[in-house]
Amino acid sequence: MIAQTLVDGLISGSMIGLGAIGITLTYSILRFANFAHGDMLSWGAYFAFAVAGALGTFMPGLNESIGPFSFGWSLPLALIASIILTGVLALLIDKILFARLRARGSAAIILVMAGFGAALTIRSLLEFIFTSKPRYFTDALQITQPLIAGARATPDQLLSLGLAVVLVIGVHLILTRTAAGRAMRAVSENQALAGLAGIDVARTIRLVWVFGAGLAAVAGVMSGVLVQIRPFMGHDLLLPLFAAAILGGIGSVPGAMVAGLIVGLSEALCVQFVGAEWRAAVSFLILVAILLLRPQGLFGRSAT
Amino acid sequence: MIELISYGAFFLTLALTYAMMCLGLNVQWGQTGLFNVGIAGFVAIGAYVSALLTTPDDPARFGGLGLPIAVGWIAAAIASAIASGLLGWLTIRLRADYLAIATFGFAVVVQLAALNLQSLTGGPFGIGFIPRPFAELAPNPLLFGLVNLAVLGVVTLAVYAALEHLMRSPWGRVLRAIRENEQAATALGKQAMRFRLQAFGVGGAIMGLGGAMQGHFIGFISPENYVPMLTFQVWAMLIVGGSGNNRGAILGAVLVWAIWAASGAVISAFVPPDQQARAAALKIVMIGVGICAVLLLRPRGILGESRTVSRHIEKAKP
Repeated sequence: MIAQTLVDGLISGSMIGLGAIGITLTYSILRFANFAHGDMLSWGAYFAFAVAGALGTFMPGLNESIGPFSFGWSLPLALIASIILTGVLALLIDKILFARLRARGSAAIILVMAGFGAALTIRSLLEFIFTSKPRYFTDALQITQPLIAGARATPDQLLSLGLAVVLVIGVHLILTRTAAGRAMRAVSENQALAGLAGIDVARTIRLVWVFGAGLAAVAGVMSGVLVQIRPFMGHDLLLPLFAAAILGGIGSVPGAMVAGLIVGLSEALCVQFVGAEWRAAVSFLILVAILLLRPQGLFGRSAT
Repeated sequence: MIELISYGAFFLTLALTYAMMCLGLNVQWGQTGLFNVGIAGFVAIGAYVSALLTTPDDPARFGGLGLPIAVGWIAAAIASAIASGLLGWLTIRLRADYLAIATFGFAVVVQLAALNLQSLTGGPFGIGFIPRPFAELAPNPLLFGLVNLAVLGVVTLAVYAALEHLMRSPWGRVLRAIRENEQAATALGKQAMRFRLQAFGVGGAIMGLGGAMQGHFIGFISPENYVPMLTFQVWAMLIVGGSGNNRGAILGAVLVWAIWAASGAVISAFVPPDQQARAAALKIVMIGVGICAVLLLRPRGILGESRTVSRHIEKAKP
């Protein structure tokens, strides 16, 4: 029983972790808490839903399931399209809204508020276009496979977990080993100084948006495959995402992933031992505990 | 004609309860620059505390102490002040936007508690039979509505006058100084943290009072009244009206509430029933775009903040 709880927690935690990486990147580099990030997840899921639907209609062959998974090739293709489209959406919002406020030298808290308005707008836009009816990528039912110690998981769930691990390692390597990654870290340390050192700050900021939005799209699609697609799916994940980003330490990619897993596991344990109705409170408790005990997070550096 | 006056009184009374929440937010954001995304949580605490203290005894849940309405309102303000004080103490000393994240989570938890603690809050069924002021006048709807409006108007006016006085007091000027330049204020010996906490607590108390008044005016509260949508509405009201200006807060509340109610009426009259949920979503898009547009195009709102709030400077002017 406990093994099953742990497996469930790890799977939903990997989703939270992926979303939290996007938050932690935009937070540390653009220096504001982006309340619209959760809704980027939702848009990623709906983009993929629309593209997969279109692909499936015109090329029915793509709908046939790949191996043990519940979806056909239309989904991976739609995922790639969705990463691109969500990235474009993020750049668009930045151009219309955040870039203008930045250019005006607005305080970080104004950006937070603008993000809050943007979140409201794009979330309700989704509800307007797709209505609040839950959607699914497939209606195929999957049989869970036995894992260790009596725990079971579906092939889809295991694939998501694997994909999350690969993506985290990839993002970490990009940030630490490539020129673009070094530029991002430099901008996060000191924007003015990075600009003086010849780094194209505007380009780096665009890169951060695309990165964060792309990861959000993956997390959204994953959540759509494993649970369902709803306009509020990202909004409901926002608090766990923030809790994970702060618990991991703002700016730390491995930290966000580890913290995402911790949040996922705590939620699963809460559902098991306290009751599913209190699940949404877990993230808040983690947030309060971390702000009291170690505000810089597990892997973060002290602000001073 | 009588119906029109009745509706006008009803509309204005409800708008004034929002104006009260908006005044609370203005102390936090408009004057001090503290970003609170959990307005719904503080409003809910006020509404529930007052309801528990003033409703008649109910065997299905705790409370129903049957105390006078005034006691409930005062307790509501105190309870919300304590809650915002605790949350503020936890986060204000850290990064500015941690407060935003924490208040967001706080509102989620308050709503969850209202929904799940059935023996205390009545759970999803909410709390009914909340006493209305001057209930003995209820047989005469017009008079009853006008008296209710008068009660809320007097309380709102009193809070407005108190806030105007506070804003012009040394305390209010320190808040503005901290918002504009914390280092300079600290160098003058002002403890920024303490002032911020006080402002956050005062704002929370006013929001709690607003929630209690709304509960007593409608007579029924339930968890679904305190969803994040409420927070968005109050924000839109303050931004449109003009943050930093108490009259702007009240004007914004009445204006945005009028637009909201009117668009709701238009939707229910002209949109076919199966498309109404969609049209309602578009209404929310309107609020979101409105917030962003005001931030971009007219950050001051309709009535901006006045540049000087010191009596002494105003008096010195010719």
